[in-house]
Amino acid sequence: MSTATREGVVGERLGGRLGDSPPRPDGIAKVQGSFAFSGDLSSDGFLWGATLRSPHPYARILRIDVAPAWRIDGVATVITADDVPGKPTYGLISSDQPVFATDVVRYVGEPIAAVAADHPETCRRALDAIIVEYEVLPPLTDPELAIDGSHPPIHPSGNIIRHQRIIRGDQTLVGDVVVEGTYQIGMQDQAFLGLEAALAMPDPGGAGIDLFVATQWLHEDRSQIAACLDLDPEKVRLTLGGVGGAFGAREDISLQVHTCLLALRTGRPVRMAYSRQESFLGHVHRHPATIWMRHHATWQGVIQRIEARMVFDGGAYASTSSAVLINGITHTQGPYKCINATVDGFAVRTNNLPCGAMRGFGVVQACFAHEGQMDKLAAACGLDPVEIRLLNAMETGDALITGQVIENVAPVAECIRLTAELPLPDTPVGGLDGDPMHLPGGAGLTADAAHIRRGIGWGVAIKNLMYSEKFDDYSTARCRLADGVASLKFATSEVGQGFVVLAPQIARSVLGVDDVVLEPIDTTIGSAGSTSASRQTWMSGGAVDGACRLVRERLFEHVGTRHDIDPVQLAVDGRDVVDTLGTLRISVAAASAGVVFDETFEHHHRPTEELDENGQGNCHTAFAFVAHRAVVDVDPELGLVKVVQIATAQDVGVALNPLSVLGQIEGGIAQGLGLAVMEEIVMTDGLVRNASFTDYLLPTMLDMPTVVATMIERPDPMAPLGAKGVGEPPCISSTPAIVAAIRDAIGRDLSRVPVRPADIVG
Amino acid sequence: MADNNHYQLHVNGSLRDIRDAWIGESLLYVLRERLGMFGSKGACEQGECGSCSVMIDDELLCSCLVLAASAPGQEIVTIEGIAPLGSPSDVQRAFVDCGAVQCGFCTPGLIMAAHTLLERTPQPSDTEIREALSGNICRCTGYGRIIEAVQRVAVTRAADPDSK
Amino acid sequence: MYSRCFMSVVISTTLAEALGALAAQPSSTVLAGGTDVMVEVNGGHRRPDAVIAVGRIPELRTWSHDTQESTIRIGAGITYAELERAPFLQWVPALSQAARTVGSPQIRHAATLGGNVATCSPAGDGLPVLAALDAVVHLVSATGSRSMPFTEFMTGPKRTALVPGELIEAVTVPVFSGWQGYAKVGVRNAMVISNAGACLAVDDRNRVRIALGSVGPTIIRCTDAEFFAASVVDHSSRSVTEADAAEFGRLAASASRPIDDHRSTAEYRRHAVAVLARRLLRRAFPNG
Repeated sequence: MSTATREGVVGERLGGRLGDSPPRPDGIAKVQGSFAFSGDLSSDGFLWGATLRSPHPYARILRIDVAPAWRIDGVATVITADDVPGKPTYGLISSDQPVFATDVVRYVGEPIAAVAADHPETCRRALDAIIVEYEVLPPLTDPELAIDGSHPPIHPSGNIIRHQRIIRGDQTLVGDVVVEGTYQIGMQDQAFLGLEAALAMPDPGGAGIDLFVATQWLHEDRSQIAACLDLDPEKVRLTLGGVGGAFGAREDISLQVHTCLLALRTGRPVRMAYSRQESFLGHVHRHPATIWMRHHATWQGVIQRIEARMVFDGGAYASTSSAVLINGITHTQGPYKCINATVDGFAVRTNNLPCGAMRGFGVVQACFAHEGQMDKLAAACGLDPVEIRLLNAMETGDALITGQVIENVAPVAECIRLTAELPLPDTPVGGLDGDPMHLPGGAGLTADAAHIRRGIGWGVAIKNLMYSEKFDDYSTARCRLADGVASLKFATSEVGQGFVVLAPQIARSVLGVDDVVLEPIDTTIGSAGSTSASRQTWMSGGAVDGACRLVRERLFEHVGTRHDIDPVQLAVDGRDVVDTLGTLRISVAAASAGVVFDETFEHHHRPTEELDENGQGNCHTAFAFVAHRAVVDVDPELGLVKVVQIATAQDVGVALNPLSVLGQIEGGIAQGLGLAVMEEIVMTDGLVRNASFTDYLLPTMLDMPTVVATMIERPDPMAPLGAKGVGEPPCISSTPAIVAAIRDAIGRDLSRVPVRPADIVG
Repeated sequence: MADNNHYQLHVNGSLRDIRDAWIGESLLYVLRERLGMFGSKGACEQGECGSCSVMIDDELLCSCLVLAASAPGQEIVTIEGIAPLGSPSDVQRAFVDCGAVQCGFCTPGLIMAAHTLLERTPQPSDTEIREALSGNICRCTGYGRIIEAVQRVAVTRAADPDSK
Repeated sequence: MYSRCFMSVVISTTLAEALGALAAQPSSTVLAGGTDVMVEVNGGHRRPDAVIAVGRIPELRTWSHDTQESTIRIGAGITYAELERAPFLQWVPALSQAARTVGSPQIRHAATLGGNVATCSPAGDGLPVLAALDAVVHLVSATGSRSMPFTEFMTGPKRTALVPGELIEAVTVPVFSGWQGYAKVGVRNAMVISNAGACLAVDDRNRVRIALGSVGPTIIRCTDAEFFAASVVDHSSRSVTEADAAEFGRLAASASRPIDDHRSTAEYRRHAVAVLARRLLRRAFPNG
């Protein structure tokens, strides 16, 4: 059996400065299977935990009888809401979600009780034995019924989570050209591969607890868990278990509180691990949305005014719905100039699955709508998709419809032009070797090349980076330098994105060292904030950079004192400290021999504002831009699609690790492709119909096309390292580009993602 | 033949005793929880992701769909049996060098599938790589760097047959 | 605590041993490739108390070609990975085509023809081929054996004529010299459950046969379409008109009885099998 500490993060000695692509320090362990994911952590004498969940989307709980579960041999404990010692609810922005349901369940899969037992099969039998009597209630599943007030409140906080308008400029203008459309986005799942899992180890007597968990934000988890456990946050110690992907789904609490409660109750280590089906029910998803937009433009195609109405279905509990809504409505215009706007946005509560963060966070939904509109506008004005976008492309200094002026580098036109310059695929429909795998339908042999039509489509996006609306979003890092070896400490969740490779690159570049040791990622240092919102390169990168610079100052002071040189003359050159005005050259290793420099730095981004009642205010921190061009082959008669190529040019600021940036670009596009043509959690009357990988389809290697990518490197003066976040933009406009290409191939409108075969057939 | 509460599995060349197991345990569960070999990963438990891929009698299979108690007498090779810790195979090194690893959860299964492919088809075409690895879902990388890694190994092995 | 449970797993190495074990405990779970059974066990939907593993029975892992009858008898334990390749690729190409669409490479190495027949899902990828070819299913028990056409064996969605104590021993399919092909619609380009599937074969008496999968409670033979085809195709020139092929598709679709579910709609499925039937007929008769 492994133990919780069997695979700490180890030091790495691989070289690699900023701008290089050194191998990941966790790479060898991951390819050999020795890297410990949270589900691989175990401890002597542990128990398995499992959760009883509601089969109904909306029901009153009349009675819970756990006694039959207790009678099963091997069951150590059974807990319900009565056993929660502290706050009975949790939540990221508003604490509206019960740890366990008490009087009512509001979605399919809502936790009601949990058990701890000696074997997963014992747990399953114990859950089966618990008796719950329900009075089934009619579920609220239509968001419009939440808005119009016709359905009674399903939660004490009401059915509207947030309503926000944006009113700017001329409210009556009517353009020469007016195009409108209603767009629908289905519920996408993050579908990380490493299922939710945790190991909780209680202190003797229950005075505190260690939790090893895969999460995006250790400190936020800790504060929510501690409140529910009624423990001092210092007594709740979180360590990052290896994270098998996140994409937003690990920003909220899932099994954390339950695992801790079971461990504290039994006094034994407890492991919880969700099945795939449970994972679909146990974390938040991308909001399904319905977006109406009307664009007004001149005959020449210049956008004059946008009207929009957006409805985001938040499901049963709020999670981050209010922030997702703000992201959606503030990105109504996309990366295009617009001075007049009328936008109405709602995030509502229903008895559907709770929704929250997923890569793109509200902007995916807005972008699908605004890019559909741009193609309609192009058609109405007799322009092609590239011309209309270049004509309206936003630039640095332009104001958003919130009044916020874009101060970042904003190479929108460059993104479009460079994407257009990338070569189109050089193989004909069906490829050159006659392999059916090149055609839509693949090995299903549904089509011959003559049945296929090729289409090309465009998508361009703006995405805000970091957190918004007055949130004090910061990250903490500590750097220690001794004998030429730097150690870095931070609580930044490594979810696969590669901060563990970037952080040493920063330290090497700033300090001139080769050897960088990464200390365990846990709550023994200040918060790093969440690994989300494309923010960690900027925020935790900024914190590591700041801590390393402080250490470098100390090193220069030390060298200056010893050699009687003004420290401001000193610099790092290669592996040495040098006197820029003199002849001194001493290795960093020698200069730091026998001394220890230890500095901690918090990086805060500039403050932001809340939106006023008219949706005006500098609510966002920074922005990044991207363009995508998709080439697809479509079988119009069967409605099957094969994406042939995606071309993209992305505004990255600086590619601090080009291989990692490429990985984000290709991986994000794969998720955008999934939303475009296959990924959707199908719900009817609040019931989930496809909570498995058999029926929730993810792109395979045969679905993913070649990606041709250009990174636009224009360092952003606002960014600590000049680098913008790169994680989200790839999955935002790739989706509308693919849908536009399908429209181009079949010559018909499509207004919903994912596009289903029946939608294409019509 | 499994008796009432004891059977043996051949894993990575060793005979391992399994005692007091539940009849319904999958090979994936037994490898991980009874033998402490956590390299094989479970992400779907229905053969739809490939993360648990192992070799059984030289065939690539999903260990989640193998009843452990039905596997005595078969030769099982897991990710732990591909190369000694700290001495990665050429395929494993190529995955790291090419950026084919992000979160790494799918990686052990992909390594098993890539090794199998390259043993049988030393110079696979792009389409052959995609079909052979189509049973392994990766949610992070979009597959581009994985294909690159497999191609790199094929090229290197062709140039230097001793490179393995 | 399940460690104290009685565990009964018989790993049979002969057919007689498996049949004896099954006769002794007819409620046993028969385990072949495991790709269906283990999904149920892992999901907590099946709790076996006794298992008879049949994957290592040599008799079930063989095939034989009867040149006199021009048939091939395929042991129930032959995997889909094997069915993708020679000799099946030459003798029953439609079955090889169907095999290539089954799950993933990993699944195809485990999943057996017998298992697919035993589960008998309307979406079973190999089943339209068996129906179109009038395959015969051979059943065996400790007390005897019997054979029946596949179309009689499958009585409903995941319902069969198999009785307790019986195993599927083999399937016999004819080896035709005429064109045959399979097509399957799924939303993904690999590893996908069929939303609609069809197999078309021209037999040695120049009859066109077609069977549909995933569009009804059982695999459906389209007798009206087959009858129509007989009157409109020209075997010597391998031709059929586009209009007749379309009518063939319509007739095939009219035999379907699809449902709406989370994977697709009845309307789309009906449309899709019409397209597949038409395209398959045009592949068989590409001229004209």
